[in-house]
Amino acid sequence: MSNATAIVKAGLTKRYARERRFRLFGLVSIVISLSFLAALLITIFAQGLPALRQTYIQLPVNLDPALLAVNASDSPELLQKAKYAKAIEAALIERFPGVTDRKQKMALIRGLLSKSADNELKSQVLANPKLIGSQQNFWFLANDDIDTYIKGNIDRSLPEADRRIKDFQLAWLDDLEAKGQIEKRFNTVFFTSGDSREPEQAGVLGALMGSFYTMFVTLALSFPLAVAAAIYLEEFAPKNNPLVDFIEVNINNLAAVPSIVFGLLGLAVFIQFFGVPRSTPLVGGLVLSLQTLPIIIIAARAALKAVPPSIRQAAYGMGASRMQTVFHHTLPLAMPGILTGTILGMAHALGETAPLLMVGMVAFIMSVPEGITDPATILPVQIYLWSDSPERAFVEKTSAAIIVLLFFLILMNLLAVLLRKKFERRW
Amino acid sequence: MKKLSMAIAVSLLTVAGVAQARDNIEIVGSSTVYPFSTMVAENFAKNSGNVAPKVESTGTGGGMKLFCASAGAESPDMTGASRRIKETELADCKKNGITPVEIKMGYDGIAIANSKKAPNFKITRKQLFLALAKTVPVEKDGKVEMIANPYKNWKDIDASLPDEPIEVLGPPPTSGTRDAFVELVMDAGCKEFPSIKALEKTDEKQFKGICGSMREDGKYIEAGENDNLIVQKLDANPKAVGIFGFSFLEQNEDKVKGANVDGVDISFDNIASGKYPVSRPLFLYVKKEHVGSVKGIEEFLAELTSDEAWGDTGYLTEKGMIPMPQDERDSFAEAAKSLKALEAL
Repeated sequence: MSNATAIVKAGLTKRYARERRFRLFGLVSIVISLSFLAALLITIFAQGLPALRQTYIQLPVNLDPALLAVNASDSPELLQKAKYAKAIEAALIERFPGVTDRKQKMALIRGLLSKSADNELKSQVLANPKLIGSQQNFWFLANDDIDTYIKGNIDRSLPEADRRIKDFQLAWLDDLEAKGQIEKRFNTVFFTSGDSREPEQAGVLGALMGSFYTMFVTLALSFPLAVAAAIYLEEFAPKNNPLVDFIEVNINNLAAVPSIVFGLLGLAVFIQFFGVPRSTPLVGGLVLSLQTLPIIIIAARAALKAVPPSIRQAAYGMGASRMQTVFHHTLPLAMPGILTGTILGMAHALGETAPLLMVGMVAFIMSVPEGITDPATILPVQIYLWSDSPERAFVEKTSAAIIVLLFFLILMNLLAVLLRKKFERRW
Repeated sequence: MKKLSMAIAVSLLTVAGVAQARDNIEIVGSSTVYPFSTMVAENFAKNSGNVAPKVESTGTGGGMKLFCASAGAESPDMTGASRRIKETELADCKKNGITPVEIKMGYDGIAIANSKKAPNFKITRKQLFLALAKTVPVEKDGKVEMIANPYKNWKDIDASLPDEPIEVLGPPPTSGTRDAFVELVMDAGCKEFPSIKALEKTDEKQFKGICGSMREDGKYIEAGENDNLIVQKLDANPKAVGIFGFSFLEQNEDKVKGANVDGVDISFDNIASGKYPVSRPLFLYVKKEHVGSVKGIEEFLAELTSDEAWGDTGYLTEKGMIPMPQDERDSFAEAAKSLKALEAL
């Protein structure tokens, strides 16, 4: 055996061991990051999924014309103003006779059904005024405390003083349950209404539409600007020009600026100087497009650079002008890369809250926005606001809103992956 | 795409030109008042059929700044405050041609709480000051000296307190709850030392420095603005004590309990009667100039001052606000109705 092979053989086991160790480290780091992700997802889904179902209580209501102060033949305006709350109050007292204590009576009238019960009854009666004068069974949304209990988040075995649901309320609920007058249904309210301070009436639609309009403004502003800037810098700008280099360095710096800075800029420039209304998707979108612009420019430039020079040279060879070359050949070939970068930039903007704090989008807004100049909030802000609310029932709403946000982020990332897969070319 | 961006640019310019009249009320201000002002906003919108107001939570100071900045339609109509307006803020408002109308909404209690798993906590404001101040007075050779807070255990302060290390989770300096805590607990506890109390007259700046500075050696932990987080941390760590608003105590009575301060338990009745020492008033300031030009302000105030809202059993009390006594309610309801301007403090 020669000397060299002896040296190699001696070190061989050590080198193999080193490789095994390295592989093990890699595997361990993957397992650790995956378990963090799993822990996050499991807690969010465990807390958020119950929010998809909401507790409803059935109550026989006597639609007595004397109590409602209207008749079936009255005009819709009069029906609007009928005393629905009175009818519900009477129905509750009839359902649970024997409640005489003042505090218990308050809990019965205020604490069993949601505060929107009279509105629910109103819409039912308006849809069918013939109901007036008869006894009908209606299902009403339950109050948030009741809902929390039904979902098992209040421990019955605790001493009464430590529970938000007292013994007398438990007796009512047991009675309702025994008679099948309480059930959980799919929570349509959560997906069809705006924010509310009552957890059982709160929904994400307002924030979802706010996010949609904000993203729309961001995309409409940043995409054309960014692509134009990228084309100019990549295809037309003079090479080795100090001014162009300066611009390039600044674009790269801009992409690394903390987002709150863009918020302050937005406040000073858009709101205070241009007078754009606060809290609107318009101003939010303007701020976010400042943030997204450099990201898309960088992605678009990389995509343009990746188109091989042979394509351009062939186009020139056929007599195309520079502009024709860009728009007929380079840009279409770079588009998948540009779109991927855009979607990732947008997904980033979708999860942003800090800059929007400064332009007044962290606000309680009940109505669902209908345009880019209506006051609106966005999903991450809605999550933040709910997580800060004292009511226990907002815990599950917070997690449910996170699920909705995650769903859209995954959807956007998936779209980026699909686009890349579909249009990707290897040269 | 091009057309679209053009359209947006054009709409931007037109918006810039006119500060148009609004049909929705805009409210800014304290995060403590936010849960209550949003409640009123929601009920106002439902009951009157008006457009729902927009309520931003900007903090008391930030709200005042926005409120007093201008009388134009783009500025907010109301601001919530967890303390009374300051002289400088009122002067700022007046300088910009704004007449604020002051309405006291009710009271908010600040709870000193710990986990249900831990024994009951009974403490005085003087003891809290000694536990949390940056420097404390110590008697040495007949003279009082200020030294860096040496207390590490509750027991070191007073034998009646538990034998546990001091660990208090509380709000950061940006929070209105912190301002109120300093004013109601630290300042009050501080004044029980005659030598410091004397300072208030001779050197107010030093007095404020001594009483208002919380210790920074890790015994007082700034837990962020989110009170739910403090409740969770208390539940996980029965040795810790937390400082947060009464509404969070009410919602989490299965997890945490409030301490007895100066011999008074924290409860709805004790705060309402003024016995519990750590409670503060909540205010709403309304811009008189906007009444009439912004739709619904008067109706909003009528909703706020109705018995269904701020009465003894109103919906605001359900959310944890402590109502004012009847005569105080009457006088502020009258001020809201007649839009009585706040001339001076």
